[in-house]
Amino acid sequence: MTTEVGSETEVRKEPEKAEEQPAAPESEPAATNQTDEAKAAEQSANDHPAPATDSAEAPAEAKEKQEEAQPADNATPQEGEDTPASPPASEKKGISRFLPPWLKKQKSQSQVGPKESQAAAKEEAGVASVKEEDGEKGEQAEAEQTSSPTAAQPQVEEEKINGEPKPEQKEEVKLEEKEEENHSTGSADTQPAKEEKAAEESQEKSAAEEENKEAEEGGEEKKDEEESPKPEGGHSFIKSPLKLTKKVKMVMCHVTMLDGSQFPCEVEKRAKGQYLFFKVYEALNLLEKDYFGLSYKDNADQTCWLDPTKEIKRQIRNATWQFAFNVKFYPPDPSQLTEDITRYLLCLQLRQDIVSGRLPCSFVTHSLLGSYALQAELGDHDSGEHRLDYISDFQFAPSQTKEMEEKVVELHKTHRGMTPAQADAQFLENAKKLSMYGVDLHHAKDSEGVDIMLGVCANGLLIYKDRLRINRFAWPKILKISYKRSNFYIKIRPGETEQFESSVGFKLPNHRAAKRVWKVCVENHTFFRLMTPEAPIKAKFLTLGSKFRYSGRTQAQTRQASTLIDRPAPYFERTSSKRISRSLDGAPMINVTEAQESAPTSGENGREPGLELSSDSKSGRLRVQGENIYVRHSNLMLEDLDKTQEDVLKHQASISELKRSFMEATPEPRPSQWEKRLTASPATSLRLQAQGRCPPSRTQEPLPDLTVDTVAKSADDKQKSGEAAWQAAEVEIEETVVVEEIRVAPKGSVTITTPEVITHVAVESEVEKPKDKVMEEQKRPVSVSSDSEEEEEEEEAGEYHPQVTVSASVDQIKEEPEEEGEEEEEQQVNEEPVAEPLPEPVVEVKAQPVPAVVEENSATEPQLAPVAEESPEDILVTPDEAPNGHAESPEGHPGPVALEEEEEEEEEEPRVNGDASHSETERLPQVICCSEPPVVKTEMVTISDTFAAQKTEIATKEVPIVHTETKTITYEAAQLDGSGDGEPGVLMTAQTITSESLCTTTTTHITKTLKGGLSETRIEKRIVITGDSDIDHDQALAQAIKEAKEQHPDMSVTRVVVHKETELAEEGED
Amino acid sequence: MASVLPYGCFTHAVVRGIPETFGKVDNEETTTDLAKAQRQFGVLTGALRQKVGLQLIEIPADPELPESWRIEDVAVIQGDTALITRPFKQQRRREAEAVRRVMSELNLTVVELGAEEGGSVGATLEGSDVLFTGREFFVGISSHTNHRGAEVLADTFRDFTVSTVPVCEGTRLKNICSMGGPDTIIISDSDGAKKTLRMMEQLTDHHYEVLTVPEGAAANCVYVRGPSKVDYLLHPPTEECPDSVPAFQKLTGYTLLPTACSEASKLGGHLSSFCLLINRKPNF
Repeated sequence: MTTEVGSETEVRKEPEKAEEQPAAPESEPAATNQTDEAKAAEQSANDHPAPATDSAEAPAEAKEKQEEAQPADNATPQEGEDTPASPPASEKKGISRFLPPWLKKQKSQSQVGPKESQAAAKEEAGVASVKEEDGEKGEQAEAEQTSSPTAAQPQVEEEKINGEPKPEQKEEVKLEEKEEENHSTGSADTQPAKEEKAAEESQEKSAAEEENKEAEEGGEEKKDEEESPKPEGGHSFIKSPLKLTKKVKMVMCHVTMLDGSQFPCEVEKRAKGQYLFFKVYEALNLLEKDYFGLSYKDNADQTCWLDPTKEIKRQIRNATWQFAFNVKFYPPDPSQLTEDITRYLLCLQLRQDIVSGRLPCSFVTHSLLGSYALQAELGDHDSGEHRLDYISDFQFAPSQTKEMEEKVVELHKTHRGMTPAQADAQFLENAKKLSMYGVDLHHAKDSEGVDIMLGVCANGLLIYKDRLRINRFAWPKILKISYKRSNFYIKIRPGETEQFESSVGFKLPNHRAAKRVWKVCVENHTFFRLMTPEAPIKAKFLTLGSKFRYSGRTQAQTRQASTLIDRPAPYFERTSSKRISRSLDGAPMINVTEAQESAPTSGENGREPGLELSSDSKSGRLRVQGENIYVRHSNLMLEDLDKTQEDVLKHQASISELKRSFMEATPEPRPSQWEKRLTASPATSLRLQAQGRCPPSRTQEPLPDLTVDTVAKSADDKQKSGEAAWQAAEVEIEETVVVEEIRVAPKGSVTITTPEVITHVAVESEVEKPKDKVMEEQKRPVSVSSDSEEEEEEEEAGEYHPQVTVSASVDQIKEEPEEEGEEEEEQQVNEEPVAEPLPEPVVEVKAQPVPAVVEENSATEPQLAPVAEESPEDILVTPDEAPNGHAESPEGHPGPVALEEEEEEEEEEPRVNGDASHSETERLPQVICCSEPPVVKTEMVTISDTFAAQKTEIATKEVPIVHTETKTITYEAAQLDGSGDGEPGVLMTAQTITSESLCTTTTTHITKTLKGGLSETRIEKRIVITGDSDIDHDQALAQAIKEAKEQHPDMSVTRVVVHKETELAEEGED
Repeated sequence: MASVLPYGCFTHAVVRGIPETFGKVDNEETTTDLAKAQRQFGVLTGALRQKVGLQLIEIPADPELPESWRIEDVAVIQGDTALITRPFKQQRRREAEAVRRVMSELNLTVVELGAEEGGSVGATLEGSDVLFTGREFFVGISSHTNHRGAEVLADTFRDFTVSTVPVCEGTRLKNICSMGGPDTIIISDSDGAKKTLRMMEQLTDHHYEVLTVPEGAAANCVYVRGPSKVDYLLHPPTEECPDSVPAFQKLTGYTLLPTACSEASKLGGHLSSFCLLINRKPNF
């Protein structure tokens, strides 16, 4: 990357220089000098592994810059004043552009050290020249920036946020910038007054934007550089970076932890959920985090899950920034959790569930669980120390009686010698058997209007009527899950004696509730039933499935990842669940230390700059730090305690109360993570909106305009498709059914060779119509952008069954599971921004965008980078309106994770979790979606998948829209370690397996060779995908790759050869 | 959950003697043989006490309660909680009094269906419509048990899933099925029973072995895992269900105890109608 970047940057410089120079001459000579210096600085910066921004920008910018340069040039001639402004902008392309000129000027002045930052250098150069020439002009530039704040902000944020600017975003940003520049030029004309206005004013105006930027920056390493200029430029900014961050609109989030303590965390106003997640997980020192989530109460007081991939602000809307850390997926067998800390948290959640009545228990169970809780918290019963009433400070049940407390004490005495961890384990062993364990209830009505409850759990969908289970639909029985308006539907697989599948519909209180249930179903199904999150593609292709994907790890993945946890059990302190007030009363004699203080510390940690935190946190996670003290206050039950005594009196009526509480407690809408990931970037959502809800249908209609009509078609298509994996997705407002028809067969042969690391995928697909791709793209945005919560989302349900098979893969040898690699990579990524922003980050970024499963390939070669960048650009640009997306996307999370996510968001969300698999699945689909130019983009995607693979040969032909072409694309992973390619070895075994499915024929050739004592298994898969024009080749390819990865998680894809034979069949159709 | 044990671990059995008014219900002159019924009752209790080894508690018969021998209907017991039910027939509700006393004496937590619902609007529940499998409850919605009654049961035994199933054949759920082991359900071969079984299979999270018997009368057995860890199965004798006995013999390791209940059958009763099984040893 670095090398490439450098070249690119150089290219930029040249054009920039050209621009600058013209401007310079006009301006003062000093300016020229400065500009030169600035240039030099920039160059140096470029040469050096400049922060990710530079590198990232470089590739994308190179093209863009050239493009930009042109417009800029044009602008310059138009207006003398403008010209100066424009050049700086072009120069600045990076963050610097967005920065107000003052900052730049100051920097330029202070500039002396070019190394400070590329951005600074750029800024300096551009700005300096401009400003020097005309202070006003500089102001103008600022004004311009301000004028197009949204675009600028997003860009800046993105860049800043992500230590590693993603190529896509950057590209987008650049594009935007270009636009901005243009606008700016125009605006400059109109804005003379503004120019006159003090730069300060402009700064102030843009302050908000800048603040955001700054905040993001502050989070990142880049911040420093950027910040420095800002402070200089902005009077107020001069303050310490902290202040800078403050300026960025920061919002104080309060997260209620499972122990009842409050975890304050300051986040940028536009931060995404992921950032907060990260902070919380970090504070908890929690590795097995996939079972957990953050919830909030929406305006309707419904509990929703915070989507990590979406902006917090957009999700909570007008609600308070108050969140709760909760268990989202209750592991059916807690004993399989790896770490005690995870079990401890689960215990806390269950205790909360029990006390709230959400998890009904019998008297005996209340007592037993309470006794284990006591044992875990207090240790052995001490008759001397524990007076009889010591227990009354704890709450074990919604309504607690003296009798129960006595029983608890009695049982507590029997647990002598049991360690807290053992007590937790026993607690869970008993709790997991409860009938409502892990069941998420939603109020609904059946087809006859009878009030029922829908219970979503690990096993499927349960139907309750007044606490009675009246029906149950195990996941395997469900073919499709969908919602339309306020209706929620499931399609049931026909039983042995039945010939036809049946559909069951439920009426939810409103559309949101329906969507919530749907999401929860999709999430739970994916989490518990699938090996890996299902890629929409797959569903479209071979099986029925919903487009939505759960981007997080599945249980299988998280379990596998857990096996890799190699740290000493983290120390954590069990905080007292006793009521503080009571303790004050004197009742308390518990040894438990309440670490209230600790809470603040955690909060502090959370507040720490994202960069540092991220790096630290990751390292911390991986390697246990003995010092990490987990302090929590468990006030969970405390609140209830007061009630408790009163309740005791009421004990008699406990049953009815319990019942009531049960009913009340049950409804917990949980927003599915799907949206998060799908929606991922706000930008996408915007796009979607812009597109007008176009259903992401595979339907032939290429244009986004399809909306309603499309729906109908889609429906037809479904029928056609038969099983119709597709479910119509509804747009929030109205029912938009997105029917994804399965396009008929693209032919593709995918050859995957996996000697541990090598995979060849040769896909021969015949792309009849480029339009299809367009369609896909459109679709993608829809799926991707769920954005504000509930818009489009396709409801396709899916039949995920097929993937279940994948389980075998898990069994396979886990040498270095991808996940590990991924995690490491992630960490690296995070770290990188901090330490070394330069090329590496870029590379990663590039890699990320790519669906490539292999995140492991830390070393992405520079070559790839450009490609990747291009692809993202294409994606961004092509899909609808990039600007919108950009604007939204810009939100930067200081945390590295956030950064990555943001970057990835559009295309790939998976990394957040850190699971390679996630990324793969998500990425693939996304990528595909993103690529407008069918062939090219697809290819791009593929490459990315390969990980940093080097693209050996890319014969990409952009098929205009209708062409018949034969393309052969070969991608090879960079990491090929003696990938089976050339090195001869001793052939141990060889076998060929052929299988066929709907439209694919897969030939698997497995070769085991022995090389120098190392056995290498190479799996070569040739997948021939035959399909009509309808088939989405890209998806097919992505799917094939994904499947290959899934099947061989321990192997990496080293080579992908795509051979496409595209026939222009009927163009008119699409 | 504290109380979860494999089905069949019982220590006590509560029975109630055959009253003189046996069979004289609803003015129906059924051709029941009181003496024979009492004999069969004696055989049953003897088997429970001497063969299986349960502690037997026999509540004296009450002539004013002709159906009091069907003690199963009056209470549902799981763990140390006894739910006193509310039989469909008004005249049977007095049967609960004696049973309630016994439950209290056994230190069981007694929950009253009627009291709970405060005259619960028509909530009715009979124990013979309740199949407890050790993991969950199935409540047959029948002419004797309604949804409300099932709700109370669900509220009482909240650790467990309580599923409702239609009783498509026979008058009681237990006429068509019963437990034949910790994970075994014995069920009649009739269409209605199959329908109910399918529903149960759909509703459950667990897997049960199903032992299908050709005769409806054979579907109700009493399974007890005795203190000596021996599996006992009380089932109707060959005379009553000649075709089903071979099916029982497929149960390996079981001690089969053919127990006649032909007289009770005439009144819609079955083997399990006679007894309430209780486990008072949590750590059995």
